[in-house]
Amino acid sequence: MTPRIKSALLWGGLAAALGGPVAVAATSPLLEWRQPVYIAAGLAGVIGLSCLLLQPLLAGGLLPGLGMRRSRYVHRFIGVGLLVAVLVHVGGLWITSPPDVVDALTFTSATSFSAWGVIAMWATFAAALVAALRPRLSPRRFRLGHSALVAVVVLTTVVHAALIDGTMGTVSKWMLCALALAATAKVLADLRVWRLFMRRRA
Amino acid sequence: MTFDHPNRRTVLAGAGAMILTAANGLIVPARAQGVAPTPSMRGGANNYRPGAPIVESIGGGGFLMTGTVRRAGDGAPLPNQRIQIWAHTTEGHERDPQSHGATLTDANGQFQMDMPQIVPAFGQAHGHLAYDSGDFQTVFLRPVMASARDTSLQADFVLQPA
Repeated sequence: MTPRIKSALLWGGLAAALGGPVAVAATSPLLEWRQPVYIAAGLAGVIGLSCLLLQPLLAGGLLPGLGMRRSRYVHRFIGVGLLVAVLVHVGGLWITSPPDVVDALTFTSATSFSAWGVIAMWATFAAALVAALRPRLSPRRFRLGHSALVAVVVLTTVVHAALIDGTMGTVSKWMLCALALAATAKVLADLRVWRLFMRRRA
Repeated sequence: MTFDHPNRRTVLAGAGAMILTAANGLIVPARAQGVAPTPSMRGGANNYRPGAPIVESIGGGGFLMTGTVRRAGDGAPLPNQRIQIWAHTTEGHERDPQSHGATLTDANGQFQMDMPQIVPAFGQAHGHLAYDSGDFQTVFLRPVMASARDTSLQADFVLQPA
């Protein structure tokens, strides 16, 4: 396979993996019985989940045609987009049904998936904070903190998404979750993050 | 094996057995009465609107909410008790006034409400029910449908005097 074809296949697969779940969610029959704010909140959640596949691929420079430098640059933009998606998701749900979101945020909800979602939200904020403080952190501390936090984000988000009966199709949801987990695991392994958790020899 | 000098193994085995027994529910507190009152469920009171009117049906109907109301202790059916029902359905959000309605139990303590199909909202297809008339302690229930395709849902109340 020539590099050109391989690159086209990768980008095509990525477009399908990211666009498919959004398309399924955007045409869900459940939308008929939801107000615009609730629909936007749900779609923001799907887009946020999509970001979790894109982010490790960018951080690891795995997307063909993008150099490492440009990859990391786009990673920062998508990171801000993920933050916005989380805020729209939680804010939209709050407007739709305040008591349900208050229960979730205080970990007193009847549904366990909301607790996983709230953990994912705080871990996302923390990972973004670590990224924002990067100039003040040592490279080791940055990578340790950001890697550990995003691992929590991806794991808890996948549990959150898997437990929800919502607008995402079962197949597209599981596919996107599996890809996000695999991409995160591969990049963390490639960067040999576990070595940072070992005590440095004096 | 003697228990005069418990070693780590006997202590661990004993503690493990105690935890297993407690987790099994084999030890239950002594109850003076037979039928225990229903506790309110987490999130049961969300989007509650006090004073929903007694209606023949909520909206166009097609979905059946059923249940029973009994007295704690002897389990006697309680007739003429007002039960309030609301849910996210094909005809409105939980917060919408038209999604709320109340009904009374019959002579056998049973109630039923014809209402629009409940659809998944906030991650689960679920309904809300309340007993809030004051003669007995207030109870809020939030039953979850096993499948979003179900066309009925049941919720039972056991009330204790206020």
